[in-house]
Amino acid sequence: MSWLKFLRRQRSDAELQDELEVFLAEETADNVARGMSLGEARRQARVKLGNTQKVRESLWAQNSPLALTKFGHDVKYALRTLSRTPGFSLIAIAVMALCIGAATSLFTIMRSVLLRPLPFRDPGRLVVVYEHFRGRLAGTGDFSYNPVAPADFYDWRSKTNGFEDMAVIRRTGYNLTGERGELPEAVRAAACSWNLFQLLGVQPTLGRAFAESEDQPGSTVVMLTWNVFQRRFAGDAGIVGRQIHLNSKPFTVVGVLPSWFTYPDASIQLWVPYRADTTLEFLQHHDYHHSQAIARLRPGVSLASALAQVGALQYQLHLQYPRDPVAEDVVSRSLNEDLSGNVKKPLNIMLYAVGCMLLIGCLNVANLLVARGAARQKEVAIRSALGAQRTTLIREQMTESVLICAVGGLSGILLSVVATKLIAQRWKALPTAQSIHIDGIVIGFACVLMFVAALVAGLLPALSTTGKTMMKALQTSVRTGSSNVSRTALRKSLLTVEIGITVVLLVAAGLLLKSFMKLHSADVGCVTENTLTLQYSLPQKKYDTPEKVDAFNETLLQRVRNMPGVRSAALGNTVPGAGYWGDFVFTVKEHPPLKSEEDLPSALSRWADPGYFSALGIPLVSGRFFTNDERGARSYKVIVNRQLVRQYFPGEDPIGKHLRVPAHALAGAPGEFDYEIVGVVGDTLYQVGKEPKATMYFPILDGSLRGGMLAVHTASEPLQFSVPVQKQIAELDPELPVSDVLTLDQVIGKSLINARLSATLVLAFAILSLLLASVGLYGVLSYLTTQRTTELGIRMALGAQRDQLLQLMLIDGLRPALFGLGLGLALSIAATRIFQSMLFGTKPLDPVVLSGVIATLLTVAILACLAPAWRASRLDPMQALRTD
Amino acid sequence: MRKKGETQSEMLKGTLDMMILRTLVGGDAHGHTIAKVIEHTSEDLLEVEQGSLYPALHRLEDRKWVSSYWGASENNRKAKFYRLTAEGRKQLVRETSRWRQMTRAIGLVMGEEGGAQ
Repeated sequence: MSWLKFLRRQRSDAELQDELEVFLAEETADNVARGMSLGEARRQARVKLGNTQKVRESLWAQNSPLALTKFGHDVKYALRTLSRTPGFSLIAIAVMALCIGAATSLFTIMRSVLLRPLPFRDPGRLVVVYEHFRGRLAGTGDFSYNPVAPADFYDWRSKTNGFEDMAVIRRTGYNLTGERGELPEAVRAAACSWNLFQLLGVQPTLGRAFAESEDQPGSTVVMLTWNVFQRRFAGDAGIVGRQIHLNSKPFTVVGVLPSWFTYPDASIQLWVPYRADTTLEFLQHHDYHHSQAIARLRPGVSLASALAQVGALQYQLHLQYPRDPVAEDVVSRSLNEDLSGNVKKPLNIMLYAVGCMLLIGCLNVANLLVARGAARQKEVAIRSALGAQRTTLIREQMTESVLICAVGGLSGILLSVVATKLIAQRWKALPTAQSIHIDGIVIGFACVLMFVAALVAGLLPALSTTGKTMMKALQTSVRTGSSNVSRTALRKSLLTVEIGITVVLLVAAGLLLKSFMKLHSADVGCVTENTLTLQYSLPQKKYDTPEKVDAFNETLLQRVRNMPGVRSAALGNTVPGAGYWGDFVFTVKEHPPLKSEEDLPSALSRWADPGYFSALGIPLVSGRFFTNDERGARSYKVIVNRQLVRQYFPGEDPIGKHLRVPAHALAGAPGEFDYEIVGVVGDTLYQVGKEPKATMYFPILDGSLRGGMLAVHTASEPLQFSVPVQKQIAELDPELPVSDVLTLDQVIGKSLINARLSATLVLAFAILSLLLASVGLYGVLSYLTTQRTTELGIRMALGAQRDQLLQLMLIDGLRPALFGLGLGLALSIAATRIFQSMLFGTKPLDPVVLSGVIATLLTVAILACLAPAWRASRLDPMQALRTD
Repeated sequence: MRKKGETQSEMLKGTLDMMILRTLVGGDAHGHTIAKVIEHTSEDLLEVEQGSLYPALHRLEDRKWVSSYWGASENNRKAKFYRLTAEGRKQLVRETSRWRQMTRAIGLVMGEEGGAQ
């Protein structure tokens, strides 16, 4: 009702004016009838009507709700005072915009990654189950969550009942070739047991999910993800039921997954049944650890008891296969945690950093407001003398800080729209990067943040300026010098806290940066510059014998090595720095048999062509490289790295010894093979930031491997060679797609993106905070200088030298900086514990970083203090004494 | 609301509302007529200030005691006419009885026989 009145008061006012017009006309007519002249009649009518403005105003007020009017007044007043000092207002708004923008962006990402439940049915009951080695391997991070072997999974599923159902997935890849001459494409795919989609509660958008009968070796059904469905098949629903060619084999499309389904990540393009591309023999292995088991907890069963059941079964399996790497135990984590596990820590660190920055921003605005409050002290005193209530005065000041925070917050939200997009694009490890966007809840969060910030920033100064009794404030004058001790103390302590938090941020940023630089400059153990890498995978159908595979590989190597500008070329299954890829357990034939409680030795498995090591610059320590005729039956040779020698042949000459490797991926290999060690090469890192691992290299010319990674060492910019090298491949086989064409530096850099991003972001927050803190320092000292103008004038008149004054003011300004520094260093010691595990080759109390932080902070503090201090020392004493 | 220049108290403001309602019992009227009727009926003892009249009219309209429409005045001018609503009539009855009690009470205190009436 009153709102309606309020909204219609414009019209109501217009009506009133008409009414008053009528009144005037009627009264004039009456007066004329009484015998007055027209002029006199009109005059008398006006006299009777009185002040029309007053009538209008009173009706206007009657139509405006009281609280709203007051609020309007406050806003108007705040706007006026703020626009009187545009510099202050702009700085304060910019500070708030930056802080709220950063916090909103980070909250958006956190929410999408950590807080938003997966869109699966009842996601709280979904867990991912891993094998868990209790022995020596357990301590090393890579083995605490070990992938599951297929035979283990099938035993779990059939022999335990704590889980409603269990599904298994395994990553794989296919060459997708077109029927009508489209370009071939290497796509990442996943294989899943038929029940996965049912277990997750996902309905295909088109068609259906896999049937149990289709989850068999040799099965040729496939489901498309929305991405490939749109991209490659133009969203044509007719594709369901038709065939597509994977590795030159026809597969029937049975369904298309919904667009939101990007599990386990967005790179997966196709799904096939788990057993489709396997053999029955493969499925019986308890030691092929490359799958992931997803389980749905049965209602009313605790996770612990369900897991204990699986764990007990796994221990049985371990005892049953004592010579194989079969884990003794199992562990689990929730599906959500499994997806976000790797980014949780850096996100948390950044959240702390943003929180610190927001606090600094609030303190800064509070500090600026206290300074303004001091300048308006007289005004406030006079107004309270005239009867203004304290609540009114506080409300006015709060309105100012609310306005600053509201405008800052709105600009912050706009800022964060851009920033969020940028971060989500850069940060490849984020599991749900596609679904990160700003929505109502995020904006709500930003608004809450805004008002909390306004409260924090506004209440303290508002209380401090209005708290004084009016008389005291009126009596106070600058001349007495001592008036503002308490307020100055307040500003200084605000500043000390601000600087302390800045130091914590600086220390964190310094440590992360140093750790990143360590990572970046880490020696991978091979040539990394001017090296182009690419991957391909030869389809089984076309390359069905080892001879055909070898022929392709050798011809390609020969052709590439003959290209002008190519120094050398290497072919292996992978290159250093590109990740873990895989490992084998082995025993040494010449060593006594292991005792039963001893762990099996294990080493990374790599394949290499004879020219691999010299092309990549991996040094030969002893023995020799592979030769060209070590292939087929003569290929049971192995080259090991120094780490393997250190670990398993201490004080022995490994050359000529034999590694006995249980049946591995070698097609159709029965039982075990003895590989003769022919050479020892230098260590390389499989991933930057990880310790080198024992590695064994097998000759790639054994023909067992269809996938290869080609590394081309070039004389000039390697990316220039990407098209010519791909042309060579296309000439050999036009249907063979190539993927992941990257320089070796990029391959290694990919694993550092996260470290780089968290270091850069925290550094950006730290620099902003440093800037804010120095603005605060400058502000406080400038204010102190004007406060003490008279005092300084007296000192000068009494003979103080200018440099003495400079010193005095500098020390005064630097004191809070020094206190803040001490506070910050103490806090840092506690804070660095949080992210100790993220640091590589850097101690939490790194002296270089700490001294760097101290030096930076002191320099900035001195610079911030210098200008006001210098101004103070240049005062004209006469002028200063006259100032009031 | 008494003679010009004297301040109005809250009670008098209430009586203006009541008098407006009473005036409208005689038929719909616009602001000028209402003021004139009150003045004439009170033998020119009361003079209605426009500063009170119009806010009062709008207030009564807000409370739904009167409704308004635009019509032609006696002199054929377009004027805003006010009409007493059923709710307004009830309100008038209430106000009138309260007023009677009040004046009687004051009259008793002032020593007038039987109150003011």
